[in-house]
Amino acid sequence: MEFAQTEFYLTSSILLSKRIIPCLDVKDGRTVKGINFVDLRDAGDPVELAWQYSNQGADELVFLDITATHEKRKTTIEMVKSVARQINIPFTIGGGISELKDAEALLNAGADKISINSAAVRNPQLIDDLAKAFGVQFVVLAVDTKHLVHGDFVHLNGGRIATELQTQDWIKNAEERGAGEILLTSMDKDGTKSGFDNTLLKQINDMVSIPVIASGGAGSSQDFVDVFKKTDVDAALAASVFHYGEILIPELKQLLKDKNIEIRI
Amino acid sequence: MIGIVNYGAGNIFSLTAALGRLNLNYGMINSEDDFDIYDKIIIPGVGHAGTAMQKLTDTGLVPKIKSLTKPVLGICVGMQLLTGFSEEGNYNLLDILPLKTLRFKELESKKVPHMGWNQISPQKENPLFIGIADETYFYFVHSYYIEFNPNFTIASCNYGIKFSASVQKDNFYGVQFHPEKSGEAGELLLKNFANL
Repeated sequence: MEFAQTEFYLTSSILLSKRIIPCLDVKDGRTVKGINFVDLRDAGDPVELAWQYSNQGADELVFLDITATHEKRKTTIEMVKSVARQINIPFTIGGGISELKDAEALLNAGADKISINSAAVRNPQLIDDLAKAFGVQFVVLAVDTKHLVHGDFVHLNGGRIATELQTQDWIKNAEERGAGEILLTSMDKDGTKSGFDNTLLKQINDMVSIPVIASGGAGSSQDFVDVFKKTDVDAALAASVFHYGEILIPELKQLLKDKNIEIRI
Repeated sequence: MIGIVNYGAGNIFSLTAALGRLNLNYGMINSEDDFDIYDKIIIPGVGHAGTAMQKLTDTGLVPKIKSLTKPVLGICVGMQLLTGFSEEGNYNLLDILPLKTLRFKELESKKVPHMGWNQISPQKENPLFIGIADETYFYFVHSYYIEFNPNFTIASCNYGIKFSASVQKDNFYGVQFHPEKSGEAGELLLKNFANL
């Protein structure tokens, strides 16, 4: 048996689609924050929302668990199971994961990826351990960054606590340790609806060889066009513009396609 | 009924959930005798190919798997196990398909893992891809790929290099993507497998 000459098939055409990712906040197994889809029976039901988004053409979902107490996290596991049972697109769950066993419980409940943030800042070894145990594809490093006079710095607790970690250094370090993807949220842009932080995103995206998800600042469909044209990030995430129906995913994806951005329709 | 080889390589919750949604009956295969219960076999797999091969070897089911004549579907690493060798840990695998599993090299500016939705080109007449059009998107997550081979590749995909999105040799099928995470197209593929 002769092996095919793989070099012969080298091609420059990359058809990998850019991903559109709605982010849902969940607390005690229920979605929070205003969601106003017209035909929604229960806006607090993560499964129904996930199903709606997946039907609209979302490529992936992120659930951010803001459940305060440890006991209530069992509810989150049940929620993850229900989502996995009924949704046929990949999803990530983040929030409160600080040990291998937290991640394993989520994996076994059907989560495709987990995202870690402050726990990794406190204990960077967690990235190595998770990557080794479950594979790099399972480990998303979420980074909240803010621009200060002397550079970009990692922040914790929704931007309230500054760290001494320079954003670029931390991301490079995390990639070496085994992070499989970076979810970069600009705290300067988050909530402003003035567009993604394309300058920083381009810099980070060019620096790493793992996928980057842009987050923070989405206000219009044009912001998504800009982030993909100007930075070549792999995915863009938003919450409120999708939840409040200000941007409809089918229309957004059509616009991206019309602008010659590779997108799954 | 579909039997899933239970060898501890990765989580199968999403796969069983997808089969459940499609009303396809399934069960777990833990011993040689269990293979007789089912008419279709799935070999799942996530993570390190070498580790997965070690776990599969430890079950003692390898000779039985190699002798199977019923339809078998390897998914992701489960597909890679069907090949002869993987660069991941430089492991010898089941060698059902005379192909190699290679690592994506840093071609141009391509990122590894190859993660996300990519288009495939399936062979039109292949029963696994009935109703699945050319350029349909499927969800991929992998850093290693099976080389393209005109004799065994039944669906191809491009990621800086043309590689096997799906392979077949006789009753052995494999898909690199995750049908259980690939929307309606993925569910159709699972149905097609169940109908082989």
